[in-house]
Amino acid sequence: MSKTEEKLKAPSEPLFSKKNKRLITDPLADNNPITIQVLGICSALAITVQVEQAFWMSISVIFVMVFGNLIVSLLRNLIPSRVRIIVQLVIVASLVIIVNESLQAFVPDVSEKLSVFVGLIITNCIIMGRFEAFAMANKPFPSILDAIGNAIGYAWILVLVALVREVLGSGKIWGASIFGNNLPGEESGLYALGYVNNNMMILPPMALIVVGIIIWVQRSMNKELVEEN
Amino acid sequence: MESTLDIFVKAIFTENMIFAYFLGMCSYLAVSKTVKTGVGLGLAVVFVLVVTVPMNYLLENYVLKEGALSWLNPEYGVSGSKTIDLSFLSFIMFIAVVASIVQLVEMLVEKFAPALYGALGIFLPLIAVNCSILGGALFMQDRQYSTILDATSFAFGSGIGWFIAIVSLAAIREKIRYSNVPPALRGLGITFIVTGLMGIAFMSFMGVEYGKKKEAENTNTISGGAVETSQIINVKQEN
Repeated sequence: MSKTEEKLKAPSEPLFSKKNKRLITDPLADNNPITIQVLGICSALAITVQVEQAFWMSISVIFVMVFGNLIVSLLRNLIPSRVRIIVQLVIVASLVIIVNESLQAFVPDVSEKLSVFVGLIITNCIIMGRFEAFAMANKPFPSILDAIGNAIGYAWILVLVALVREVLGSGKIWGASIFGNNLPGEESGLYALGYVNNNMMILPPMALIVVGIIIWVQRSMNKELVEEN
Repeated sequence: MESTLDIFVKAIFTENMIFAYFLGMCSYLAVSKTVKTGVGLGLAVVFVLVVTVPMNYLLENYVLKEGALSWLNPEYGVSGSKTIDLSFLSFIMFIAVVASIVQLVEMLVEKFAPALYGALGIFLPLIAVNCSILGGALFMQDRQYSTILDATSFAFGSGIGWFIAIVSLAAIREKIRYSNVPPALRGLGITFIVTGLMGIAFMSFMGVEYGKKKEAENTNTISGGAVETSQIINVKQEN
């Protein structure tokens, strides 16, 4: 996944110096906000039962992060440092209101399923973390790149977890059955051979365990990321 | 209708902020290395929740909700001719209340418990962006508790649930230091898996019955496939 992103971004503009390019590619793998920096997990886990919800959540986070980072970066010299957290919260909250109202208008059923978790984008640590660590100290353009990189790094983990849970838990991708029909009495496909969905995957704790396994795989591949005990 | 005590117990066990909704995970994972800091942050979360949720409850019911401004002028009520619905402002109002209360708590802790302030370091200001605090306010709005007492007991229960979760995880992590964890799982990875296993343990509280209506709600909480299949089976049996 990270490699395809790299190919898409790399050749297009001379504006993307090596340093700027790294702003996008780093958070996709070796500095991923979820698996390495452990930020923004709150919302990441709760809405990963189905790919559709995870997808809309990712889109919302990408939108809020890019515009939030841009606005904070533009205002960075005007915000007094004592009240910066509150100013940042107001900026995120306004953007999230826009997202929430649009979701309600265009995809009402998804909005219903996401319920309070759209509102919780406000307190998503990735967003506040990037404001604090990057946008407050950098020019608008690098801030946008940083936001895109981190938001996509968040999004692909989210969609991956949702994919694992939806395929194993309900045998579906984006609501469409992939293993055949599992209605009792009229099974087809794999279900006719005796395959059974793992209902455990739908339960909330399995999201944590799936993320734990992703971290395990990632760190086994890159020994530098291994933590001291 | 659930009693106030039901809401309290449910918020601690069945609908635990961490294990059922993953709220406040960031600080939960970051500050749970030792029991001492875990206790400090847990208490801070309980306190902030108990203060902010009732305040947000008043705000919701007397300012934001559709027709909530009827105390100003009956015209603004639900049945009035100029109904006012400010609920789209709720995110920004809730977070403003939370952020200012957290600022206050931070100043109080710095003044009266400097040792605790030193231990919690950067995480105290981060309570403002702890999802469990805003999550408490949003769940309160979503579930429409009928009295402020219910809302407060929900907040207190959620806080206690969060406290139990972080202290037990911190205790496990203190012990895990002596075990031989695979290198790639050390630190974060094993913490995730331990939390997942704790979550499975907490799921056993789902069978607890609160009042009479609880059974129907219980099946709903296990969303997705399980419910669908069981409903389908029920339909078949009836036929």
